[in-house]
Amino acid sequence: MKRIIVSRNRYFDSVFLMQVAQRMSAQPGIRDASALLATQANKKVLTELGYGDAGRDAQFAAAGSNDLVIALDGEEAAIGAIAVDPDSWLLHSGVAQSEQAHEPRSIREAVAARPDASIALISVPGQHAAREARSAVEQGLNVFVFSSNVALADELSLKNMARDKGLIVMGPDCGTAYIAGAGLGFANAVRRGPIGIVGSSGTGMQEFSSLVHRAGSGISHGIGVGSRDLSDDIGGVSTFTALDALEADAQTRVIAVIAKPPGKDTQAKLVERCARSGKAVVLCLLGADSPQARQESLRAATLIDDAVDLALEAAGLPAVANRDGAEVLRHKAAVAVAGMRPEQRHVRGLFAGGSLCYQTQAIFRDAGLTINSNAPIAGMKMLADPRKSVATTFVDMGAEIFVMGRPHPMIDATLRSRRLRDEAADPTVALVILDFVLGANASRDPVGDMLPAIRDAMQAAQHRGHRLDFVASVCGTDGDGQGLAAEMRALTDAGVRVFASNAQAAAFAREVALLLAARNAER
Amino acid sequence: MDNNFKDLLARKPTFVNVGVTTFCDSLAAAGYEVVQVNWSPPAGGDPEIAALLDDLL
Repeated sequence: MKRIIVSRNRYFDSVFLMQVAQRMSAQPGIRDASALLATQANKKVLTELGYGDAGRDAQFAAAGSNDLVIALDGEEAAIGAIAVDPDSWLLHSGVAQSEQAHEPRSIREAVAARPDASIALISVPGQHAAREARSAVEQGLNVFVFSSNVALADELSLKNMARDKGLIVMGPDCGTAYIAGAGLGFANAVRRGPIGIVGSSGTGMQEFSSLVHRAGSGISHGIGVGSRDLSDDIGGVSTFTALDALEADAQTRVIAVIAKPPGKDTQAKLVERCARSGKAVVLCLLGADSPQARQESLRAATLIDDAVDLALEAAGLPAVANRDGAEVLRHKAAVAVAGMRPEQRHVRGLFAGGSLCYQTQAIFRDAGLTINSNAPIAGMKMLADPRKSVATTFVDMGAEIFVMGRPHPMIDATLRSRRLRDEAADPTVALVILDFVLGANASRDPVGDMLPAIRDAMQAAQHRGHRLDFVASVCGTDGDGQGLAAEMRALTDAGVRVFASNAQAAAFAREVALLLAARNAER
Repeated sequence: MDNNFKDLLARKPTFVNVGVTTFCDSLAAAGYEVVQVNWSPPAGGDPEIAALLDDLL
């Protein structure tokens, strides 16, 4: 049986609720459990799964985004055992109820308790984030805003207010930062070193810093600024604060800016600011035309791998060795394509990292290939329905539509697994490209979470006489709790081709796509 | 205290966390001081009413 329990006006963060659902699912007699805030998107998913009596359950129909919904599927007795006291499942693990009661109820109270506080982390639902960020700036704190869905006008006023006080607002929509050795949000275990980062792209910063670490160097600070900071609406307020800070920082010798292409006016200001920096600057604008002005102190790249090489070189260190050249990739692609049936024509990418989705598109675009995406870069096509792939499609699974009221795909593989099963049912698919992001606050086993869906997808293809190929990259370091080597090995053992970086995996996929296109043109 | 961002890079930060509790846990596990705020949506979850209250108080 299926049953819904609605609890009005109860807020819990989506990561905590996922853990609650996992504990419930592990109970004998429970087949499946979800604990979600009743956002429209979550209600739609639950309705599709057969909950809420096809809209006839009045309590469920009336529930809104401040209400908690627990959805249980299983034996009646097992469901009843949970339903009799749902609150007992919602106590924060490791924190006694009495202790929770003594926690400050506001940022103001928190600062009163800890006057030495210097940074506020804000990850409440987007519609409430600006209010909390404003309170933090008023209390004299620097702010890291993980939340997305914050109004542009709020972002601008917050950033200006912070700048006037000598503070910074990192975000909104800031996934990652490294401040004086502390990793905020999604952060990898990277050693400290001479390279400082300013980034408007969270996974771009993670990929860059992990590759720098793997090359033997390290990061002084990584200052996230949020995905819209370099738009002309915001004008790079936080980026310029961060550049000033890194320029003044004794440990930083080289500065890398990792960003999606800025607004036109802001890009001109950024190039000008970087060019007159007293330190070497690597400007990596993902998928953009390289800035023409190649000044003495400014090095330009459009791919993360190249930015890593330039930063290492500027720090007087050797570039990354052992990358496959175009010839080797072409050969590997030819071997893969030889095993594909003629009707297999398309590549599908399901990305947890938005910037990695972005970079993959740029690598395809540079080869003259056009793809579809829910987050298309210039020149690519917008998917009519983000839930349905057509031809070659790359999906940013971290896009707002997929994360409203539920954890990011780096934490929760549910939606990406489900989507992969959909892709595998399409007989035109030849190759699937995936990314895995390790580090603090990500899933404890990102590869293990996806392996059942990968195996099912391979089997589904096999049943119709196809071989479905997989290519992947793993972003992370040997210091990450998940274990970089173990995660890579698990993929290789499952028959997934693994590359050291997203750019390499994307370049392999591009070669496959070019060969498939040539083969179709011949027929 | 003065938290000028430039100076902040040279010292160990202390955090206030509002929202996802695992962010608090991971910083604490890495040896940083973190204060968790026990947050709930203001004014029954209506941001507009919350903003009106902010102006009044």
